Amino acid sequence: MDVKLINPFLAAAAHVLKTMANVDAIPGKPFLKKDDRAMGDVSAIIGITGSARGSMALVFTEECIMKIASALLGEVLTKMDNEVGDAVGELTNMICGDARRRLSEEGTVLQAGIPTIVAGKNHSIMHVADGPRLAVPFETDHGSFMVEVAFGKHP
Amino acid sequence: MRYKDLTVIVVDDFATMRRIVRNILKDLQFKEIIEAENGAEALNLLQTNRVDLIVSDWNMPVMTGLEFLKRVRADDRYKALPFLMVTAEAQKDNILEAVKAKVSNYIVKPFSPVVFAEKLAKIIPQS
Repeated sequence: MDVKLINPFLAAAAHVLKTMANVDAIPGKPFLKKDDRAMGDVSAIIGITGSARGSMALVFTEECIMKIASALLGEVLTKMDNEVGDAVGELTNMICGDARRRLSEEGTVLQAGIPTIVAGKNHSIMHVADGPRLAVPFETDHGSFMVEVAFGKHP
Repeated sequence: MRYKDLTVIVVDDFATMRRIVRNILKDLQFKEIIEAENGAEALNLLQTNRVDLIVSDWNMPVMTGLEFLKRVRADDRYKALPFLMVTAEAQKDNILEAVKAKVSNYIVKPFSPVVFAEKLAKIIPQS
């Protein structure tokens, strides 16, 4: 997988969390994911087309998203409900948008769809492309979350 | 025009973004904040509410923010209505398209409340 396609998503994740929720997110060691199992409690996935075809997913543990969504909204959220899922969707939207902006500056023009939100223990994430899925864990003061990016070999 | 005398409509398909923008506008002391999930719903609300400012997302189902902007500007009553576009579409072509359609100002996601307030003050200056 072309690292030039991946890095903008990681930079965008840290930038969006810092700007919108004042949360420092530190990327850990990337690894190739071999199955569809989500390593968290709530996810959003967004399809990507254009110069490359694939998808990006954002996966949060319940502990982490409750605090990050509260920081994002400026209100204390106390239960995992549709509003929390919606926050994951909007974060996914913004991260993908920011990554696409970064890529467009280098000549790679991508379009994105509307995020799909999935929640629950042991849920699955179905990426669009059959290619390798790169997962990058991020650490924050509120817990960890994961960014997954998968692109196919051809647009 | 002082913010405390103004009614604003926030148009976004994501409840989270409406809430983020609502909280910023509330802190800026706007008089009334109404919400719509897309451009079509917002056009209906414009018929029944006196609105002084539109804050709209770009990417929405049913009617995009750009289409909504064009429909607003095509109506003589709203030709000069301040319109702030909130967008993840920071590509030059998109911005040019919005400027051509007479957007008052735009803000690219992600943004901080400070940047939002600065963009707003450029279209509705506060003494």
